[in-house]
Amino acid sequence: MSHVKRLVLIGNGMAGMRTIEHILKLSTEAYEITVFGEEPHPNYNRIMLSSVLAGGVELSDIVINDWDWYTENNIKLYTGDPVTSIDSVGKKVISASGIEVAYDILIMATGSNPFMLPLPGANKEGVIGFRNIKDCQIMMDTSKTYKKAAVIGGGLLGLEAARGLLNLGMDVNVIHIHKYLMDRQLDQSASLMLQHDLEQQGMKFLLEKHTASIVGRRRVQGLTFADGGEIEADLVIMAVGITPNVELAKRTGLKVNRGIVVNDYMETSIPGIYAVGECAEHRGIAYGLVAPLYEQGAVLAKRLAGTVTAGYAGSVTSTKLKVSGVDVFSAGYFNDKPGMRSLRFQDEIDGIYKKIVIQDNRLVGAVLFGDITDGAPLFSLIKSGESIEGREKELLLGFSTGKAGESLASKLGKMADDEIICGCNGVTKGTIAEAIGNGCSSVAEIKMCTKATGSCGGCKPQVEALLQLYAGDTIGEPVKEGICGCTSLGRDEIVESMKAMHLMSVKEVMNVLEWREPEGCSKCRPALNYYLGMLYPAEYKDEKESRFANERYHANIQKDGTYSVIPRIYGGVTSPAELKKIATVAEKYDVPLVKFTGGQRLDLFGVKKEDLPGIWEELDMPSGHGYGKALRTVKTCVGNTFCRFGTQDAIGMGIRLEKAFERINTPAKVKLAVSGCPRNCAEATVKDLGVVAIDGGWELYVGGNAGVKVRASEFLCVVKTEDEVVEWTSAYLQYYRENANWNERTANWIERVGLESIIKALENAEDRQALMGRIEETLSYSKDPWKDIINNDDLRKNFHTLSGVETVNS
Amino acid sequence: MGKIQVGNITDIDILGSRTIQIDDIEVAVFRLSDGTVKAVENRCPHKGGKLSEGMVCGSSVHCPLHDWKIDLNSGEVHKPDDGCITTYLTEVDETNGSIYITL
Ligand SMILES: Cc1cc2nc3c(=O)[nH]c(=O)nc-3n(C[C@H](O)[C@H](O)[C@H](O)COP(=O)(O)OP(=O)(O)OC[C@H]3O[C@@H](n4cnc5c(N)ncnc54)[C@H](O)[C@@H]3O)c2cc1C
Ligand code: SF4
Ligand code: FES
Repeated sequence: MSHVKRLVLIGNGMAGMRTIEHILKLSTEAYEITVFGEEPHPNYNRIMLSSVLAGGVELSDIVINDWDWYTENNIKLYTGDPVTSIDSVGKKVISASGIEVAYDILIMATGSNPFMLPLPGANKEGVIGFRNIKDCQIMMDTSKTYKKAAVIGGGLLGLEAARGLLNLGMDVNVIHIHKYLMDRQLDQSASLMLQHDLEQQGMKFLLEKHTASIVGRRRVQGLTFADGGEIEADLVIMAVGITPNVELAKRTGLKVNRGIVVNDYMETSIPGIYAVGECAEHRGIAYGLVAPLYEQGAVLAKRLAGTVTAGYAGSVTSTKLKVSGVDVFSAGYFNDKPGMRSLRFQDEIDGIYKKIVIQDNRLVGAVLFGDITDGAPLFSLIKSGESIEGREKELLLGFSTGKAGESLASKLGKMADDEIICGCNGVTKGTIAEAIGNGCSSVAEIKMCTKATGSCGGCKPQVEALLQLYAGDTIGEPVKEGICGCTSLGRDEIVESMKAMHLMSVKEVMNVLEWREPEGCSKCRPALNYYLGMLYPAEYKDEKESRFANERYHANIQKDGTYSVIPRIYGGVTSPAELKKIATVAEKYDVPLVKFTGGQRLDLFGVKKEDLPGIWEELDMPSGHGYGKALRTVKTCVGNTFCRFGTQDAIGMGIRLEKAFERINTPAKVKLAVSGCPRNCAEATVKDLGVVAIDGGWELYVGGNAGVKVRASEFLCVVKTEDEVVEWTSAYLQYYRENANWNERTANWIERVGLESIIKALENAEDRQALMGRIEETLSYSKDPWKDIINNDDLRKNFHTLSGVETVNS
Repeated sequence: MGKIQVGNITDIDILGSRTIQIDDIEVAVFRLSDGTVKAVENRCPHKGGKLSEGMVCGSSVHCPLHDWKIDLNSGEVHKPDDGCITTYLTEVDETNGSIYITL
């Protein structure tokens, strides 16, 4: 009887597990599988560690195969238990905890280790690499107590680490041995543009610096350089490269150079033992990116499943930098060697740079900066090796037709079916189109069936565009979801119609656009009212009957039907006189509860509706809009007014912002905050817009939220002056007002449209000023609602019950 | 009880509402866009929300607390929720706009 073959995988990482998944797909019953992993986690997406560090992605989001997956597929998994020896004669492996497992087939997929420079002091506490979840956690924890980070290495990994640490509020120096950043992927022009953009984001660079030693007691305190200089650092990340993890292979007697030497079928020097991933060296190359490793895995899986396959022939690689706001792509040769020529295009105004490298009429390399949409098609050309004679200029200036501004959808439409869309997983346009044809109707479903977008996620815009392109006619008329049950129209169609037909009232919109319910519902009415007010700030008369109770009575309705009153206290700064006034009013009206809000204001709870106008009148303070879809608070820390760490006047900045934007109607509530230094006591990085002072400037963060789902904000820009803070904030808020769905907080909005699109809309000073002009116009028509009601009997009557009960012929 | 005058049509904004306390019952009086007036008990069957503070759409009102939708003619709660409130007969005097409700 032939027994089921036993397969053991050492290394529960990306390449090894991809191979296993592939084997499971190809042959269902053939193997009894055991997996050993040194890390205590199921297989996760290592690439996304950068995103976890930068915020916005949780560790739990990056798991590729969860615990259940292993059970469902009958895979025995040992985590936190590395294999310590291999008996290649007796064909068994032994783990650190003493577990012995016999194998027929053994796959080594042990990955790499970060290369730790052997500097004096490199073993001090606080000196780490950036490779796994543990490193990531150390960085996140360290940032809570320490502030100065140094990253050694200005390559992809180093820059991604640095960006993450900046987002964590640390002050970051990147030390690079070369004159140019990412010198292994970029030429000088692109590198300088990159450096410039990253400096704008607050990153600091020490170039052409050789680190000499790491100083400190038990924990690192600083670095010294060969030229005699030194800097302080409480955390040092070494990101100077990786070395294949071949320790175990060497001990087993496998042939090892830099990596474990394998042939085109991933076979090592000992029969029955294979290697894939970063630990393997194929034709002299040990790769450090997932795309080639997945190709290796595919070949090995086919081989082991008994499917005929061509051998692995090596890969050309392409890289993207995953730092938000900076688009960099590089593939193949980035600097021409003798026998090659290159063409360049540089647009200093839009910050775009493109370079293609050509040899014998074939494309052999490309560098893109600023706009990387042509990355995928150029990369396909590099791989296909076809002649590009006569098309050079076209390729340089924009793919296929060269028309500037050609939409992504039309570019994708023209793209050949075998072009790769998802580089990490080698998924072609054709495969995605087929998946859509077979019924996939969302990016998540496409990811499930094809793996596209499953690794670095960089191809998501393309996949979304393909979905748009093909979903319509392949799966028939999709069920269209309107903004509510009264219509099948979406937000954009409605707003477009309002503009095109100059619709001027909620009723008219519902009429012309053929609403199913003639008077709409509590979802669409406030939305339409908002859109009209946003489009026509001067002409449109706000319909209070299309607003919720809170916004009609300008107070927060509580569960017992009473209201709460929050007067505006700019920047959270009050005075004894103001406090006395509030106290007097609270006593006079028997306010049952007076409480500080989370936004540094006072809230009077339990107020009867009929008392509202009287209370407002006596407070004689503006409404704090604590109830509306509007600017709520601008929380501030004390800043340099009193704090010894403060670098700027956070209070002044906050008050200025609150005065500038109070009363503005927004799609959903908006909260701001200003902190006087990166210690960020005002919690500015969980606000819709947060301002954090740094020495000599201000950093702006957007899209944060501390509500239902905590989301750290994303870095928008650094500016120097308070005027610029106001300008950027105006532009950002107005762009949000004009583009978000009603009731969509900035966090959800940014998640939906992507920070890049927002940066694009705001980066140009002229655009910013136009947006600022529009928000200022809107603000110029706004009035304090409390004063409005106090002085208008027709409005005021609604706060009182009817009187004059009279019984008629009872 | 009988017929009670509860004010004038001009006291209520279109698609708005006012309340009146009659003995121990609080009544919400609504003015719809077609000019008719509806009166109901001012208590949502869900958790007692004050319907007078809700948004009026057609002949229904959405409760301000959790958005249950209640028909002002029948007092029935719209599906998928369940419940019913008391409605009262109303009349508007065409000549002077006086509103009467019958308890
Ligand atoms: C922060 C970061 C960002 C990255 N970004 C990108 C990117 O944008 N694009 C890209 O293509 N690539 C990126 N990479 C590289 C990519 O993650 C790796 O190329 C890929 O994970 C390598 O897969 P692997 O299976 O060879 O190794 P790994 O994924 O490292 O898996 C190896 C596993 O084996 C375990 N192991 C080692 N020895 C033993 C043993 N004796 N017993 C049991 N288990 C053992 C290790 O603990 C590890 O879990 C990034 C890497 C990092 C760290
Ligand atoms: S954030 Fe503000 S209060 Fe906190 S340490 Fe910095 S300046 Fe001081
Ligand atoms: S109390 Fe009316 S919906 Fe909940």
